[in-house]
Amino acid sequence: MVAFFIFLAAPLIVVGVFAFNDSLFPSFPWQGFTTDWFFSSEGEKVGIFFDSELLDSIGLSVGIAIVTTFLAISVACSNAFLFERFNFPGKSFLYMLMLLPLVIPGVLLGVSILVFSSEIANYLEDYWFIDLEFLRPGLTLVVIGQFAFITTICTLIISARLKKFDRSLEEAALNLGASPLMAVFTVTVPFLKPAIVGAAIVSFLMSFENFNTTFMLVGSDAPLTVAMFERLREGSTPVLNAISLLLMLGSGVLAIINMTMQKKSS
Amino acid sequence: MSSLPATSPFKLGMWLLLAPLCLWLILLIILPHLELLAFSFTDPEQGSFTFGFYQEFFLEPLYWRTFVRTAVMSIMATILTLLIAFPVAFYIAKMLKGRSKGIVFAMCLIPFWVSELVRTFGWMILLRESGVISNFLQWSGLSAGPVELLYTDATIMLGLVYTSMLFMVVPLVSTLDSLDDSYIEAGYDLGGTNWNVLREIVIPHAIPGVVSGCIIVFMLSLGNYLTPVLLGGKDSLWFTEQIYTQFITRFNWEQGSAFGLLLLLLSSLIVWAGLKVSRQSFAKTMG
Repeated sequence: MVAFFIFLAAPLIVVGVFAFNDSLFPSFPWQGFTTDWFFSSEGEKVGIFFDSELLDSIGLSVGIAIVTTFLAISVACSNAFLFERFNFPGKSFLYMLMLLPLVIPGVLLGVSILVFSSEIANYLEDYWFIDLEFLRPGLTLVVIGQFAFITTICTLIISARLKKFDRSLEEAALNLGASPLMAVFTVTVPFLKPAIVGAAIVSFLMSFENFNTTFMLVGSDAPLTVAMFERLREGSTPVLNAISLLLMLGSGVLAIINMTMQKKSS
Repeated sequence: MSSLPATSPFKLGMWLLLAPLCLWLILLIILPHLELLAFSFTDPEQGSFTFGFYQEFFLEPLYWRTFVRTAVMSIMATILTLLIAFPVAFYIAKMLKGRSKGIVFAMCLIPFWVSELVRTFGWMILLRESGVISNFLQWSGLSAGPVELLYTDATIMLGLVYTSMLFMVVPLVSTLDSLDDSYIEAGYDLGGTNWNVLREIVIPHAIPGVVSGCIIVFMLSLGNYLTPVLLGGKDSLWFTEQIYTQFITRFNWEQGSAFGLLLLLLSSLIVWAGLKVSRQSFAKTMG
């Protein structure tokens, strides 16, 4: 068990430790402790807080993650109500279709959306002389691609909570004179809140950290994962360790918030 | 609980909720994949039907060998992950109680909230020629010179197992959790050995968890791009890399589409076989 935890933690620990190595490479020999990879503004070592390329890519990733999360959560809530509250022909088939994005490899989801949107764009350009820039590889397509599979995960999280909801509470609201919509928004939605926030955190992180789908759909602007990947291939400086350490802290905090929240609500 | 009566306002509500779902699934999942299918069978110059791109796949050894290699290595990674995750999950679900259980389980989960890129980067620092393990081996006298541990198949395997560990541990812990301890005790009372109890009681009960874990891990390995490329280097020969090359580097979308569909076919086949063998339903395993 101890060996298992060393196995789990080792890569994360070395990433963190080498962020403070006073050397141009994230490897031995250990040249002494420095925080240059965070705060140095010039010279050979440009710290993360002054590396405008990486900072820009962080901004992009945050933007993409916010938009994707917002879209995914909206559709996921609608899906959850549909599957939990209504019966209709083809329901189980639709439910299966809804789960499909989980088993489609991310790379494939990316290329299929790339092919489809380019076809539409070509068609519009050739026959209608309309040039829709957002259908070409770029940030909009990245959002669409990520949305396509994150929505499934959000739907599962929110449905699970909606299943536990006691319908008599809603009926009580109806008896007290609330309209059905009002009952849902004043009684059911507050009950779902922990699940919605949880799904939003998961969705934000999945979007922020996504590589496979994003990599197929990016245009000229690189979100963080793509920018880091390019640098990793070129051979990296410890600035990547510095940013990785910040990412670890960020996702660690989000993970703990999410876990404590789930505990409270259950 | 039964659904609301299908009177007209509820019907309207249902259609309103149905619309985004259908738009999402049709526009982003179904049509793009059909388009991919159409692409893979179309001759780009004449616009006519062709099997050429699939023919190309079977005629060029590099392509189908990469395909087979990816599949075999993904299966091996799945089995390895299962073998490591099972005792860990058993320990968490059955040996630990109360608070310590929650904490150990959470400690297993937290590393996976960190981006895959960061985790892979960590392995690169550990394993490269000037890396931590190489230096440790030299310092301890086990090796005379620097050791390059990156860019081998074993490294890719290590990376794949590491990345997918969580997706095996979580379903296993939740199914093992639901196994009543008294069954295990009964097994021992009836004179079963450790091995008997494991084989006759624990494993049959854990099968649903094993299947969903294996399916997810296999899918993730098969579709992985980062780990093989970064840990395996130039000769990693992963099929997703081929797809990327065809689409982005060579701009041969038709060939890339054919490759993509072959990958999808393989993964669906394995998922289907896994469910068939264990008699599970797709919706239950995934949901």
